[in-house]
Amino acid sequence: MKPPIFEYASPSTIAEAVSLLASRDGNAKVISGGQSLMPMLAFRLASPELLVDLKQLKDLNTIIIRDDGVRLGAKVRWCDIESDKRLDRSHPLLAEAIKHVAHYQVRNRGTVGGSLAHADPSAEMPGVTLTCDGLMTIVGSRGMRIEKASDFFIGPLTTSLEPDEIITEVHLPSWPADRRWAFREFARRKGDFAMAGVALFYDLDQENRAVDAHIGVIGVSDCPIRLTAAEAALNGNALTEETFSAVVAAAKGSIDPPSDIHASGAYRRALLGTLLGRGLHQSASRGETNASPI
Amino acid sequence: MKASNSYIGRPMDRVEDLRMVRGRGTYVADVNRPDQLYGVILRSSVAHGKIRSIDFTRALELPGVKLVLTAADLGATVPRIPVRLQPLPELEPFRQPMLADRKVRYVGEPIAVVIAESAAIAEDALEHIDLDIERLPAITNREQVEAAASVLFEDHGSNTAITWKALLGDADAAFKTADYVRRERFQIQRHTAMFMEPRGFVAEWDAEAAKLTVWGAAKLAWHNRRVLAAALGLDEDAVNLVEVDVGGGFGSRGEFYPEDYLIPAAAKIMQRPVKWTEDRREHMMSSNHAREIECNVEIAVSRDGRFLGLRGQIWADIGAYLRTNGSMGPRNVAQFMSGPYCFGNVDLKCSMLTTNKTPSGSYRGPGRFETDFIRERLIDIVARELKIDRLELRRRNLVADSQMPYRLPFITPSDSSNELDSGDYHAVFERCLKEFGWEERSKLRGKLVDGYYHGLGIGSFIEGGAAGPKEDARLVLETDGSLSVYLGSSAIGQGLETIMAQIAADATELPFEKITVNHGSTSHVKDGYGSYHSRSTVMGGSSILLAGEKLKELIRETAAKRFNCGPAEILIDGEQVSYAGNHLSLSKLSAVPLEVEASFYNTKHTWAYGTQAAHVAVDPGTGEVKVVDYLSVEDVGRMINPLTLHGQAIGAIVQGLGGALLEHLVYDTEGQLLTGSFADYLLPTASDFPNIRSITLELKPCPNNPLGAKGAGEGGVIPVGGVIGNAVADALFHLNVQPLELPLSPPRIWELIEEAHQQQLGSS
Repeated sequence: MKPPIFEYASPSTIAEAVSLLASRDGNAKVISGGQSLMPMLAFRLASPELLVDLKQLKDLNTIIIRDDGVRLGAKVRWCDIESDKRLDRSHPLLAEAIKHVAHYQVRNRGTVGGSLAHADPSAEMPGVTLTCDGLMTIVGSRGMRIEKASDFFIGPLTTSLEPDEIITEVHLPSWPADRRWAFREFARRKGDFAMAGVALFYDLDQENRAVDAHIGVIGVSDCPIRLTAAEAALNGNALTEETFSAVVAAAKGSIDPPSDIHASGAYRRALLGTLLGRGLHQSASRGETNASPI
Repeated sequence: MKASNSYIGRPMDRVEDLRMVRGRGTYVADVNRPDQLYGVILRSSVAHGKIRSIDFTRALELPGVKLVLTAADLGATVPRIPVRLQPLPELEPFRQPMLADRKVRYVGEPIAVVIAESAAIAEDALEHIDLDIERLPAITNREQVEAAASVLFEDHGSNTAITWKALLGDADAAFKTADYVRRERFQIQRHTAMFMEPRGFVAEWDAEAAKLTVWGAAKLAWHNRRVLAAALGLDEDAVNLVEVDVGGGFGSRGEFYPEDYLIPAAAKIMQRPVKWTEDRREHMMSSNHAREIECNVEIAVSRDGRFLGLRGQIWADIGAYLRTNGSMGPRNVAQFMSGPYCFGNVDLKCSMLTTNKTPSGSYRGPGRFETDFIRERLIDIVARELKIDRLELRRRNLVADSQMPYRLPFITPSDSSNELDSGDYHAVFERCLKEFGWEERSKLRGKLVDGYYHGLGIGSFIEGGAAGPKEDARLVLETDGSLSVYLGSSAIGQGLETIMAQIAADATELPFEKITVNHGSTSHVKDGYGSYHSRSTVMGGSSILLAGEKLKELIRETAAKRFNCGPAEILIDGEQVSYAGNHLSLSKLSAVPLEVEASFYNTKHTWAYGTQAAHVAVDPGTGEVKVVDYLSVEDVGRMINPLTLHGQAIGAIVQGLGGALLEHLVYDTEGQLLTGSFADYLLPTASDFPNIRSITLELKPCPNNPLGAKGAGEGGVIPVGGVIGNAVADALFHLNVQPLELPLSPPRIWELIEEAHQQQLGSS
């Protein structure tokens, strides 16, 4: 149960990394923190000819916070996000979501780019990126491109990434200070894969009605998805029990979660409803002075 | 003479710990021999099928591959693993061959062994072996057993191996006249021991001396030496099994598995040392599974809440073969279902079903964890329906001190009886309620606080220990005055070196620091029995006590010659002997080591017992069960070391909580094991259950051994499923939710709540 034979390269520039990937016609894989790829290799579920290790590439491990939002280099690790206290203000949703990623040891190695490229349907980072209209900077043989998260995640462990492409950065647009938000997930044990999770945010108009609602979910589909029907049920409405019930009902009606050894689809749907309802209440109370989360 | 030492009962730090925490332990993967080769096992990926052909020519062509062993190489009759416990003739057909013999019967069954210059080469070689297996319908559950689309053992003709019967009194008569009878169906999931590091062996054949040495023994070195020697056609004396450090055994490690034979056999053929270490995925599909049962059980009760009888049918899924101790769980479920209560009349049958899944064996509290879930849940259901307080119902039926020794059901076909030795079950029950603050906490019962319903659960249990027939100890007073203890018991993480040194110190009156405990290797004592059935302290410890008396006698005799007096006139005083005001240090007593050996024989089991209580909080939205507080109170007769016992009690409860809430080996109906890693098989982690308490009492010393000790440490696991099930039912009392299946995973709790809501809607 150890990896099959592979070659290993550790390039020092992105161009070199891209050309190594391009040279193997789809049989090369990028490795960074290795927290998803190594188990797949050990189980021989993946058997690339060549591993291209990004460890020598510079400039991919910084967190840049500017007026236009937060930019995370692809090699930023979960523990980097956790310990960057600026993010509590600059992107509290990201900071909260990352607390749920795996365990201490994994957070010390797992990277933003690795999680996005792996695209596990229950992973937090893809869910947050999709919910926040994140933009991926991707470099490949044909140059650089910017990809919207909504075009990037296309199926189970499947993205629009070409075999010779590397994610270098993800950009999460700026976050107004008084934005209402919540991140909720439920796992069997702390740090396990989420059985369901929800990231949500919206702003308030002058009549305290929700506008620009974003609701993204993980663990209930083959990739992270936005719940547009639930967003529509929230937009333009006051933060009342009636509104929240309608949002939850719309959400439950718009997903068809798969069943697996851990839970049935029916449970996941109900669980998502519970988490979304709790998240909405929590988001509503954030604006109140000294309010504590439900 | 009054013993001057009193190490027994003291909370001595474990002498093992310094070695372990500094990373200086030697686990089997740390053992390496010069010029060693590596073995890897080719395991079946098909649950049930006929082997048409195995072609390994391509594998042998890989550079570095030395040997591929298949059943064809093991002689005309492929050796099979003998049944160690309850070796009934009717169980012989179900013994596992060392390598799959014409058929494969579970995913993970060894088909071939590849020996190569490195483990990596051997693993690559597996992909170059061409197997042709004709698939047969897989049998993976009771429905499929009954439909019998195929049978595992064609000669036997049925997928039911044997049926155990536990009988006491006249159950049918009791049920006929009972005021109240309640029948329920229960199910416990397949799960098992996950010790820290998986199994492994290093085997070395010394051709010149014609001797085989095998590192990696645990639990049962002497028994396994007999089995291995016989299978290899060697004298027992030509085989030495060496115990190394292990990170837990829990009943599973140290039993005889195919690899116990295959790796030494390969070393003998290759005339070079061979090393094999299991990985976690292999462990999950090859080491013994446990606990999977389902049953229909009935309880008969009088109007005033006296238990009158227990009867029913249990089906135990033992997997594809009957392994060394595969009968223990199924037998125990039937024999010990009555637990610490008076039932008077018992008629329980437990049928062992063969299925295309990994074979099963003992796992900490075998059969007892399962049976306690059934009994304690039944008791709470009865209490609810008869509107009797569940504490009061238990008080009315716990075996009283005055009824000891108390007879347990007679079990067939092994034709054996058993009896509870001693105990004040009521006192421990009341102590648990008091220490837990049951009355105060009861105010929270059924209340919804911060989104969680709160509930309390309780359950009482018995823990059998000290299986016979004997254990051996050899004491050597070295010429420097230190004492070496050689023991037939094995260390499986329970602090054996510490507690045995404590007992030896008291037995010989030598200082604790001067004592070294050597254990578990077949070169240490002539015979040994090992560590299982909570037996090490009672059996090994008692043999040390007996040997200590002999050693003191020998010291007096030796000193008497030096002082020219009678042995009775010699005083042993710490590290010196004295006669008439003259002193002689033990380090100067003899030019040669003084050596004695003693055996302790025992046919009667010890019965530790206790009560556990839990406070849980249930989130109806997610189905999460939070363990708010958990308490165990147990009477062990006599405590050797409160620290090590406490650690074992807490660990046992956590293991029980894993079984109650998390752990599950899941198969699909094709016989594929779907839980192949710790991402899917959920073990409790350090942060899951922070609030667990354990109190150990010494109320009733065991009358059947000189220590007065009762086997303990294993037992904390036993009642946990029942206690947690009862606490969840209590939290959801308003919905009449009755957990009847484990594990109580969030989806299951959610489903129970949904069903209850549906029923309430239907009835309103």
